[in-house]
Amino acid sequence: MAETVLATHALTRDFRGFRAVDGVDLAVAAGTVHALVGPNGAGKTTLFNLLTGFLKPSGGRIEVAGRDITGLPPERIAALGVARSFQITSLFPMLSAREHVELALQGRGTLGWRFWRSAKLLGRYRARADELLAMVGLDELGEAPANALPYGRKRALELALALALDPDVLLLDEPTAGMGLEDVDRTVDLVDRVRAGRTVVLVEHNMSVVGRLADRVTVLQAGRVLAEGPYDEVRADERVITAYLGAADAAG
Amino acid sequence: MSVATQEKAKRPPSLLRAVAGAPRGLRWALLAAALAVTLWLPNGLYPAVAVDILCWALFAVAVDLLLGYTGLLSFGHAAFWGTSAYATGLVAIHAGVPFPVAVLAGALVAAALAAPIGYLAVRRTGIYFAMVTLAFAQMIYYIANNRRGLTGGENGLQSVPRELFGLDLTDAYYFYYAALPVVLLGLWAAWRIVHSPFGRVLVGIRDNPARARALGYPVHRYKLLAFVLSAFIAGLGGGLFAMAHRFVTLDTLHWTTSGKAVVMVVLGGIGTLWGGVLGAALLVRLEDWLSFSGFEAVGLVTGGLFIVVVLVFRRGLWGTAADLLRRRLNR
Repeated sequence: MAETVLATHALTRDFRGFRAVDGVDLAVAAGTVHALVGPNGAGKTTLFNLLTGFLKPSGGRIEVAGRDITGLPPERIAALGVARSFQITSLFPMLSAREHVELALQGRGTLGWRFWRSAKLLGRYRARADELLAMVGLDELGEAPANALPYGRKRALELALALALDPDVLLLDEPTAGMGLEDVDRTVDLVDRVRAGRTVVLVEHNMSVVGRLADRVTVLQAGRVLAEGPYDEVRADERVITAYLGAADAAG
Repeated sequence: MSVATQEKAKRPPSLLRAVAGAPRGLRWALLAAALAVTLWLPNGLYPAVAVDILCWALFAVAVDLLLGYTGLLSFGHAAFWGTSAYATGLVAIHAGVPFPVAVLAGALVAAALAAPIGYLAVRRTGIYFAMVTLAFAQMIYYIANNRRGLTGGENGLQSVPRELFGLDLTDAYYFYYAALPVVLLGLWAAWRIVHSPFGRVLVGIRDNPARARALGYPVHRYKLLAFVLSAFIAGLGGGLFAMAHRFVTLDTLHWTTSGKAVVMVVLGGIGTLWGGVLGAALLVRLEDWLSFSGFEAVGLVTGGLFIVVVLVFRRGLWGTAADLLRRRLNR
């Protein structure tokens, strides 16, 4: 088995008596796409927020490449090569698409501290920013203010921001949420392209997306790991069908 | 929250941005006009009032750097304005250095004071940030009041010398022109900060701190640097104010002084930078005119003006002017 790049040990998070994440042991192998699935309220986004430092665990540990990152703030975890996208599009309304990506690229250097220099210096990131925008299909929209972009394009920009950090571990929180079919296909292709040399952890409701991308799947229910394994295996698991797929089928 | 997000969806009102699309000639013409007004000011107003406008303009721009570009409402900036005023006065009295050196020293003391205060304050946002800064400012006020040996307590710090290589600057008219370079330097610094890579990060932090952190930006440290820089510029204003009046009173540390700077920024337009200059000019001139005419209830008029501007010109005077200009240019 490949080296584990992201691991949690008995990870727990309580919200006022409600246990959102309950003793989760997760091991994500380097270079894989690992999907987290489960019904609403299963604790997927809470787990994401724990992994990226936006929430502090109530118990347990988190390791990235063997290093304990439990309790580190989000900016430190980002600096360690773990980038995330947000489930609810989270952009800077005043900035253009290109300015977004420039800001993300600038995050790794010290340029951001130079209050005595001109913002024109950010031009040094322009070529790389345009490359990233082209990669996510925003090449024509670099000048557009982020808030003027249509929903699907905002999601694409969300991805470009995470990619701009050139992360070793890419955490995508429902990258296709609310997208039309065409955008879903485009996003799946994109993730498939950028996964080379990285580890991807994916929260996703769309089972066909999970089936196309994921090497391994962890099913969460009520904050616990219900099942784990390759997609086909997990899909056939009785407990999973009852807890999640069955419910989804019944609803669909 | 969602309403605020929608309001921000429009690009900020910036005269510079409005003018950026304008012919180059118009841009230079506006800059030249601003410079001409600045140079003429002590001929059209009482020179002492013109000097006060310069000092308060720096203070208001400093507050806007935090309020408009970092999203932090400091309600305790008098701590930095007043501390610099006292420090500048003490340096001038005891060291006898040229006044710009004393002002610079005062501003550095204000910035040094801002480091620990900011370190604690930036951990909170919104009303809690405002209250923490106010609480610290009140502490500084009481310390200044108690350390009479140093500050003169309620009598204030008297006879601050105004020295510049033996030049006679007793006349406020000449002092205006001597102080102007310091003010322009401070205003330029604020402009530079806003239009720097650092300024871009600040706007990002203001609009979406969680996203900025996810991109690897240590948000608290950025806010702290913005706080210290803002205190430095406010300190330049406060130091000049001490020089302008040649004495320093406890009023410079009073919470109403913090409030006045915030009012100036709102009058001129939050997040416009130069709006603060306009707000300072308007408020100082108005207060002087009212007190000269013997009218007692100055606060009634300035308060009324504040309400009218907030209700009618939501973006402040500068912001509204920028909007009008932009609409004209786009037609």
